[in-house]
Amino acid sequence: MPDDVDNQPEHPTPLRRPGERVPPKPEGEKPSVMGDVAALAGGLKTTLSEFFKPVVTTEYPEDKTVRAERYRGRHYLRRYDNGLERCIGCELCAAACPVGCILVIAAENTEEKRVSPGERYAKTYEINMLRCIFCGYCEDACPVQAIVLGPEYELSDTSREKFIFTKEKLLEPLPPDVEARLKADTASAPHPSPLPEEERGTTPHPSPLPKGERGTTPHPSPLPEGERGTTPHPSPLPEGERENNS
Amino acid sequence: MNEIYNDPIGHWIVVVVAIALLLFVVLTATAYTVWFERVALGRIQRRPGPNRVGPFGLLQLAADGVKLAFKESFVPANTDKILFVLAPTIAVAAAFLSWAVIPIGLWYNVQYWIADLNIGILLIFAFSSLNVYAIVLGGYASNNKYSMLGGLRSAAQLISYEMALGLSLVPTFMIVGSLRLRDIAEYSVHWGFYNGPIPLILLTPLGFVIYVIAATAETNRAPFDLPEAEQELIGGFLTEYSGLKFVMYYLAEYVNMITVSALAALLFFGGWYLWFVPPVLAFFIKVVLFLFLYIWLRGTFPRLRYDTLMRLGWKVLLPLAIVNVIVTGVILVATQG
Repeated sequence: MPDDVDNQPEHPTPLRRPGERVPPKPEGEKPSVMGDVAALAGGLKTTLSEFFKPVVTTEYPEDKTVRAERYRGRHYLRRYDNGLERCIGCELCAAACPVGCILVIAAENTEEKRVSPGERYAKTYEINMLRCIFCGYCEDACPVQAIVLGPEYELSDTSREKFIFTKEKLLEPLPPDVEARLKADTASAPHPSPLPEEERGTTPHPSPLPKGERGTTPHPSPLPEGERGTTPHPSPLPEGERENNS
Repeated sequence: MNEIYNDPIGHWIVVVVAIALLLFVVLTATAYTVWFERVALGRIQRRPGPNRVGPFGLLQLAADGVKLAFKESFVPANTDKILFVLAPTIAVAAAFLSWAVIPIGLWYNVQYWIADLNIGILLIFAFSSLNVYAIVLGGYASNNKYSMLGGLRSAAQLISYEMALGLSLVPTFMIVGSLRLRDIAEYSVHWGFYNGPIPLILLTPLGFVIYVIAATAETNRAPFDLPEAEQELIGGFLTEYSGLKFVMYYLAEYVNMITVSALAALLFFGGWYLWFVPPVLAFFIKVVLFLFLYIWLRGTFPRLRYDTLMRLGWKVLLPLAIVNVIVTGVILVATQG
């Protein structure tokens, strides 16, 4: 039975009124037993050919589909390459959040305890993941690109409390070189801050990107561990060298 | 072996052991038919099917069985409690009783069957008719309009298709001249230099087609699963059944499916004869192929509407079956005098 769309009449037959007879089939489409049997056989053939085709299911926990590069999964709080937190505690993300799931409590950076390059840093940074709608407004609002939505989407858990993601949970780990240095430092003389005393004052702020550049930057997703290693930033550096590097 | 059969006590021991074995085999086969169906249907829809429990999901049925067995044995209010429990029991009993007369094979003089009745096929028809009671009583006892409708539909459907089913096999009996399943399976011809068993489908192809369609309807399998009809009747007669009572219906359905597959193998494809293949294995292969056919049908065709179902049964299959009987009779008389 040809199912040619082009040969269909331009105006379809109107609905039948009660009592009206069924219009006869168009010429060449006489009901035939053999045609019906052929149609049934065609159906069987289709299903049998499907039977031998490969399975298309992605068996989820084992196999995972590829996430888009800019997939909006759970949040991360990023750091600079020298280990300082990007977040300056401005609370713009909390203001931008349409469901109000972000709580930021800022504190002042001091000479003894410098957490971020700005004046303030986020003492508390909490996201209620049960409320979050993963719209990415926080990411857009952030002037220093401190908060980003990463590719991770497996967020299920067993209690409501566990969905309040605290700063510890959100914060990226320290870059490996900084961490190694910090370890060596604490071994010799324990420092409260990740940076050695003499360098702290002179370090220029690894300031946020200029406005024009920000738009063109690729999605600032947390870099995979390997990639981070390949672009070693010997940080923090003395002023002159720093200029050359950036 | 024959001495044991002839000794009265030995005979009974053999029979009891055979019954126990057969129960085990059929139950296991049922479980794996369900697995096979789910995997094959999945493949048709390009899904993997069950593959979590055990290797290839082979233990899925054990998991399902345990889950169903531990469910609450629930009986709805205002039901006929005795009938409600009795109906699934009838279904299972009828389904298993058919296997008493189904010959599985003859291998090194060991008979793989329980009873070799000379009216075996009639007995199977009788037992399969009992299935109507199971479904109608279950639907009636459930005190539920969907169950009732499912039961009524089922009664009409099973009665209609039983006629075609029975008549589709009559030419086979006429050719073989026996109702004993073993005779039918062992039917052989002397055609010139060929002298041996022959699949009877070559002699009654139309009977086979009618048999397959009617048997699908008899076992309430898709596309003739109107009594269940999840979408229209939310499960029909099964609506109120859960736990072990549901298991009984489910078991009966699949045992019936294996039974009609085995019958098709016996009646039309020479039973346990298949060149050099060992008899029981040959029988097994044929049954599995028929099971696949049923699953394939289920994976392909949408459910018939009630009136088309009845029209197919009464206006197509029944007259065809009668014509088949008459034509076969005429040919038999003409060729054999």
